Amino acid sequence: MSAMLSVKNLAVAFQTRRGQVDAVRGISFEVSKGEILGIVGESGSGKSVTSYALMRILDAGGTIKAGEATYSGIDLRRAAERDMRDIRGREISMIFQNPRAALNPIRKVGHQIEDVLRHHARATRYDARAKAIAALEAVKINDAEARYNAYPFELSGGMCQRIVCAIALACDPRLLIADEPTTGLDITTQKAVMDLVRDLIREREMSSILITHDLGLAAQYCDRILVMKDGEIVEQGDPVQIFTDPQHPYSRKLVDATPRAGETVRSLLPPEDRGSEPTPIVGDKTLLEVRNLTKTYAGKSGPVHAVKGISFSIKQGQCVGLVGESGCGKSTTSEILVRLMDATSGEVIFDGEDIAQVPARGFAKDARRADIQMVFQDATDSLNPRHTARQTISEPLRRLGRMRSAQVKARIEELATLVGLPLSLLDRFPHQLSGGQKARVGIARAIALDPKFLILDEPTAALDVSIQAVVLNLLVDLRAKLGLSYLFVSHDLHVVRLLCDHVIVMKDGEIVEQGAAQDVMSNPKSDYTKTLLAAAPKPPLRRVTN
Amino acid sequence: MTEIPLQPAAKTQGSLDHVFYVLKANPVTLIAFAMFALLIFSAVFGPALVPYDPLATNASNALQPPSAAHWFGTDNVGRDVFSRVIVATRLDLSISVAAVALSFVVGSVLGCIAGYWGGWPDIILNRFLDTIMAFPLFVLAMGIVAALGNTIENIIYATAIINMPFYARLVRAEVNIRRDAGFARAAKLAGNSDLRVLAFHIFPNALPPMMVQVSLNLGWAILNAAGLSFIGLGVSPPTAEWGIMVAEGANFIVSGEWWLAVFPGLWLMIAVFTFNLLGDGLRDIVDPRKRT
Repeated sequence: MSAMLSVKNLAVAFQTRRGQVDAVRGISFEVSKGEILGIVGESGSGKSVTSYALMRILDAGGTIKAGEATYSGIDLRRAAERDMRDIRGREISMIFQNPRAALNPIRKVGHQIEDVLRHHARATRYDARAKAIAALEAVKINDAEARYNAYPFELSGGMCQRIVCAIALACDPRLLIADEPTTGLDITTQKAVMDLVRDLIREREMSSILITHDLGLAAQYCDRILVMKDGEIVEQGDPVQIFTDPQHPYSRKLVDATPRAGETVRSLLPPEDRGSEPTPIVGDKTLLEVRNLTKTYAGKSGPVHAVKGISFSIKQGQCVGLVGESGCGKSTTSEILVRLMDATSGEVIFDGEDIAQVPARGFAKDARRADIQMVFQDATDSLNPRHTARQTISEPLRRLGRMRSAQVKARIEELATLVGLPLSLLDRFPHQLSGGQKARVGIARAIALDPKFLILDEPTAALDVSIQAVVLNLLVDLRAKLGLSYLFVSHDLHVVRLLCDHVIVMKDGEIVEQGAAQDVMSNPKSDYTKTLLAAAPKPPLRRVTN
Repeated sequence: MTEIPLQPAAKTQGSLDHVFYVLKANPVTLIAFAMFALLIFSAVFGPALVPYDPLATNASNALQPPSAAHWFGTDNVGRDVFSRVIVATRLDLSISVAAVALSFVVGSVLGCIAGYWGGWPDIILNRFLDTIMAFPLFVLAMGIVAALGNTIENIIYATAIINMPFYARLVRAEVNIRRDAGFARAAKLAGNSDLRVLAFHIFPNALPPMMVQVSLNLGWAILNAAGLSFIGLGVSPPTAEWGIMVAEGANFIVSGEWWLAVFPGLWLMIAVFTFNLLGDGLRDIVDPRKRT
């Protein structure tokens, strides 16, 4: 196998208001013919910038400072822009992170495929349609003829990503760069898309670079993995070797932080930070009971049944996981429980009283408002951009706690210490904080008034794995320390298993299975749970358990 | 994914430091603020500082071209054009600021209601705004002043009414996209009523684009007030006002006395230009994300 793409000492820098920032600092690697190379790293590691530099589509202010990038004898760094236009799509093509953003929203998907074919003179006016339909069939889109006329908004996320694949593969490129191709897709869709991409690459004997933050995914689909950190390659090698015996401390940290079977929440952390896992006390008293909860929206084409009569209960101090894919009704359920939305029918018995009777609109004034709180999915979106961390955390203390300024100040500092947020960061605005710090602010706000029941709506979905590991452990500690009950909403069974005693699996507004977390994970009863478990990437197990 | 590792951010700056930073970073903003300061200065202190009484006539000294004694020359009844131009700043600025403030407040309240609650108030408001905007706006303003009476207050009301739809629509859109944002829901969980969420959490986030609108509108409002005076509505002679001065001076351009119309026109242009440039700077100042 000869090298198809060879990168030597590539360095990329961005010019910003604070001076020059080095995004990629002299990396070298090769991609052989027929190889799938994985580039793994967390946000800011420079993995996407590397691929943009190869395609010469860097954002404004970004330049290749040094190094060589050669693709089949072509110097990608110095090639003229018009030559690059021919190379993009025909020789090297790319799949982007958000398929909806990558497609033109007002153009039929069939026409978007034709555009690429015609640009590279792979089709004429007369046979473009037939070739576009063939390209759609190649990515296994059912009824390609009809889908040809669809607009992106009419298709699901997974379907859109298939269209993006069809566009990327339409001109038979030799190298495919996939930049986080499945982030934001459901786990079963992720598997379908990744399997498809892998099969197509193998079938056409292409090479590929898969860029991802998910080490498990990379291990499953790649022949070789590069681990990047702060613009440098810290380790490269065979996926199994990286998983079983990581050499560099950073790759060890990443491997540790990747949730998989047979691990505990503490083993996600680096060994020196682990400490003992606290044992939460689960009481016998039922804190919250949901009976026959339904929610029906008035949709454009008739009523939409988001939640179809579900019942479950949560004990004092228990952590219950609510798992399902997008559209299964898990978010609707949590919105109703936290009293931001009214149910169509059913009861929500909290501490012996039916809180579903209190309209959501007036619940802000209810005495139980402070008892039920929520940690939101996207920490960035859940913080007011005009409020500092201190103002954000003080909000519930002032509004619900009716505290005075001196008390508020003391309590904020106590909370910040509890969630591990340095006090010096309290006066920063959200955009000046990192993802993990924002998550801590959100958690501090939620626990500010010692709630009895906390809903965690995918609190780690937008975080890097190493930060996810820290936040999950924080949540475990807080639960034991404060005696909280959690409803942990997630799409990731592996994460749920780490935290929860009890798991509820939802599909299409109904509960398909519930039971003790270990039972559901090791011995699933319903077919859907089995599918979910099968779809999750299976990273190799660790050989040395420490 | 392309997030670049930032250097540890410096200590959070105070608001004043931020203003200085914005001014320093963008020379155009600095010029705009300097010109704005000059306008404010002449509005506040102008009447006390000008060399001549803006209303004093002197028939023997009529229609003199610009000279050392009369920088902008004199008009047909011998009044000093420079003094009149400077003194007029106060009136023109007051009209536009009052009108814009009025339309800002009314437009924000209406836009907030429509954007947050939606439903029938939203439908009614939108049709109402469409109706206002269906008229040629200047003709509508003329109509309002003609119907209500020829006073300065009525010019302000007319200018406010024709500008209000822009604010209401902008606020409606900005509030609407943030209605279900995480921070708005989080504010409800912290015990805020809908009204408090709207007023203290969502609305302040609409301010940066509003500032651009305010500053552009100040320019339009000045033009509008001057335009009304130009056609003889609103401010009446002999009050010093840019629109009237241009209107009166226009008669003399054919006979070669250009300074009567050009200087008030130039000041009008400078004022509008200043406000148009000011917008970007104001937005940068009220947007906390621009702070580092």
